[in-house]
Amino acid sequence: MSQAQATPLNLPSPRMLDTDDFIRKPRSLWSNAWRQFKHHRMAMACLFVLIGLVLVTVFGPLVYTRRIDGIDFVNASKAPELDHPFGTDDIGRDMLARVLWGGRISLSVGVASVLGSITLGMMVGALSGYFGGKLDTGLMRLTDLFLSLPQLPFLLMVIYLFRDTLRTAFGPETGIFLMIVGVIAVTTWMPVARLVRASFLSLKQKEFVEAAHSVGVRTPNIIMRHILPNVLSPVIVAATIGVGGAIITESALSFLGLGFPPDVPSWGRLLNDGRDFLEVAPHVLFFPGLFVSLTVISINYIGDGMRDALDPRKTR
Amino acid sequence: MFSAPLGQYHVHARVSLGGAYGGKPMNRYIIRSVLIALPTILGISFVIFAVLSLAPNDPMSQFALNPAIPFEVRENIRRSYGLDQPWPIRYVKWLGTLVTTGDLGYSFGSKLPVTTLILQRLPATLWVLGVSYIISVILALPIGIISAVKQYSIFDNLVSTFAFVGFSVPTFVTGYLLILLLSVRLHWLPFIYDSTLVVKDLESFGQLLRQSAMPIMVLGLFETATLARYTRASMLENLPLDYVRTARAKGINEWQVISRHAFRNSMIPVVTLIALGVPGIFGGALITEQIFRVPGIGSLLIHSLEASDTPVIMGVTFVFGVLVVLFNLIADIIYGFLDPRIKYT
Repeated sequence: MSQAQATPLNLPSPRMLDTDDFIRKPRSLWSNAWRQFKHHRMAMACLFVLIGLVLVTVFGPLVYTRRIDGIDFVNASKAPELDHPFGTDDIGRDMLARVLWGGRISLSVGVASVLGSITLGMMVGALSGYFGGKLDTGLMRLTDLFLSLPQLPFLLMVIYLFRDTLRTAFGPETGIFLMIVGVIAVTTWMPVARLVRASFLSLKQKEFVEAAHSVGVRTPNIIMRHILPNVLSPVIVAATIGVGGAIITESALSFLGLGFPPDVPSWGRLLNDGRDFLEVAPHVLFFPGLFVSLTVISINYIGDGMRDALDPRKTR
Repeated sequence: MFSAPLGQYHVHARVSLGGAYGGKPMNRYIIRSVLIALPTILGISFVIFAVLSLAPNDPMSQFALNPAIPFEVRENIRRSYGLDQPWPIRYVKWLGTLVTTGDLGYSFGSKLPVTTLILQRLPATLWVLGVSYIISVILALPIGIISAVKQYSIFDNLVSTFAFVGFSVPTFVTGYLLILLLSVRLHWLPFIYDSTLVVKDLESFGQLLRQSAMPIMVLGLFETATLARYTRASMLENLPLDYVRTARAKGINEWQVISRHAFRNSMIPVVTLIALGVPGIFGGALITEQIFRVPGIGSLLIHSLEASDTPVIMGVTFVFGVLVVLFNLIADIIYGFLDPRIKYT
C-alpha cells in the first residue's frame, strides 16, 4: 500500500493497471484496535512495563540462580546491598530470588483464575442468552445470587474450610494453587456472564445467524463460531482488568494468612511475612509491594487502553 | 405483573424530584425490589450454611486432639450443640430462631451470643468506614467535576493518574507505606489501634482521631480515587449533550450550567455507585483491620475462622451478605427516585 500504487498518475511505467492497484490491504478489527491502542501513551508505556515484569519473572530465576529457601542467619534482615540486591528476610533468605519466584506464582494465579472465570462466564452467558426461557431465568437467578455473596468473606470461609482436604489430595503447592484459582474463578464470573448474555440476545436475531441456520449449521457451531467471536472484544477487556483483580485477591488472601503457605513465596505471602519486621527490615515489605502495585497499575492502564481501542464509537 | 400492563412501560415526565414519585408506581417498584431482595437473602444464608456444614473441617477437631476429653464427652458436647442432627434440619432451626427472635446462635469459643459479639465489634468498623466514606465523597465529587470540566488540563492529568494509582495499589501496600512513613520514621501517629480507649473528653477524642487516622486515610484514598473516576466519566458523558448546550444558549453563566444542569444529571449513576460501593468497603475493611489491628467486625471474622467458631463465621458472613443485598436495594430505590425515565417493570 505505498503511495505510488494508490495514485496512478505517479506510476513510472506504462503497464496496464489492474484492480489490485486500487485495493488497500484490508484492515482487520485487531489491526485497527492496535492502531488505536498505540495512541494511548500510558497504556503503551505500561505494556512495556508489564512485558518487562513477565520476562523478568519467567527468565529471572534462570539467570539469578540463588535459592529461594537458602537460610543464612549470619546475613539475616540485611538491607539491599551488592550481594543481595533486594536484601534478605528475617532468616537470611534472598529477597530478590523470592520476589522473582513470587511473581511466577502471582502472575500464574492471576492468568489461570481469569481463564477459569471467563470460561464459566461465557458458558453461562451464551447458554442463557441463546436458549432463553426457563434456562435463562434459572441461570440469571443464579448469577444474581452469586453477585450478592460477599466476595472476600466468602472466599476466606471456603479456603479455610477446604484448605486441608485439598492439601492432602494434591500436595501443599498444587492443592492451594488449584483452590485459590478455583474460588476466584467461581466468585468472579458473573459480570462476564451478563455481558455475554446481553450480546447474545441481540446477536441471535441478526441476519448472519439466520443465514447460518438456513445453510444447516448446527446449533453448537452457531454459538461457538458465529456468535461468540462477535462478543470477544468486551470479554477480552474484562479479562485483562480481571487479571489485575485476581492478583490483588490472591495477595489479599495470602496477606491474611489464608492463601499460600509460608514456604510458597507469592507476593502477598511475602508481604505477610514482612509485616512483623516493618521497623527493622522495611525492604522485606517494600519490594513485593512495589512489584504487586506496578503489575496491577500496568494491567489496569492496558485494560483502559484496550477499552478505548475496541470501542467503535471512539475511532479516530 | 400481567394484571397491570399499562403501568409496566409507563415513562414519567420530569416534573420535580421527590413529590411526584411518591405515588403508586414508585411504591410498587419499591415493594417489588424488596420482594426480590428477601429470597436473595434466604439464598445467601442457605449457601453459606451449606458450605459450612459440608466442609470436611470438623468444628470439634480441637477437642479431638485433647487427650483429656474422652470420646463419649466429645459426643456429648457435639449433641449439646445440636451437631448430631443432619445439616438441613440445623439450617431450618437456625433460620427459625433468626426469624422469630433475631438470634444468630452462640459462639463455640466464648459462649456469648453471636449478635452480642457482632454488636461489640461494629462501632469500630462503622466509625472508620463511615468517616473515610464521607471524606472521600466530599473530596471526590469536586475533584471529578473539575477534572471533567477542564478535560486534558494539567489538573485533569494529575487527577487521572492519581485516581488510577489510587485504586490499583492494594490497601495492604498503601497501609504499610503510611505506617512506615508516619509511625516508624516520623513518629506522628500510633500504628496500633487501642480498643480499650473510651471517649469521654476532648483529649481522648483526639487520641481516637490519631489512632484511626491511618486506616481512614488508606480507605479514603482508595474510595476517593474510585469515586472521582466515576464522577469524571459521568460528567464527561453529560457535558456534550444538547440540553447543556441549550442551557448555555439561554445565557446562563457557566457555573450555573455545570452545577444546576450537568452536575445534577451526572449524579444519577454516581449516587447509585456510592450506594453499591458500601458492601465493597466492608470487604476492604477486612484487610485494613488486619493491618492496623482495628478490633472491628472484619477481625472478628478472621479470628473466628482461625478458631473454627462456626456460628460466628456463619453470623458474620451472613451479615456481610445482608449488607450487600441491602445496599443493592437502596441503590435500586435511589435510582428509581432520581431517574424518572426508569421503567417500573
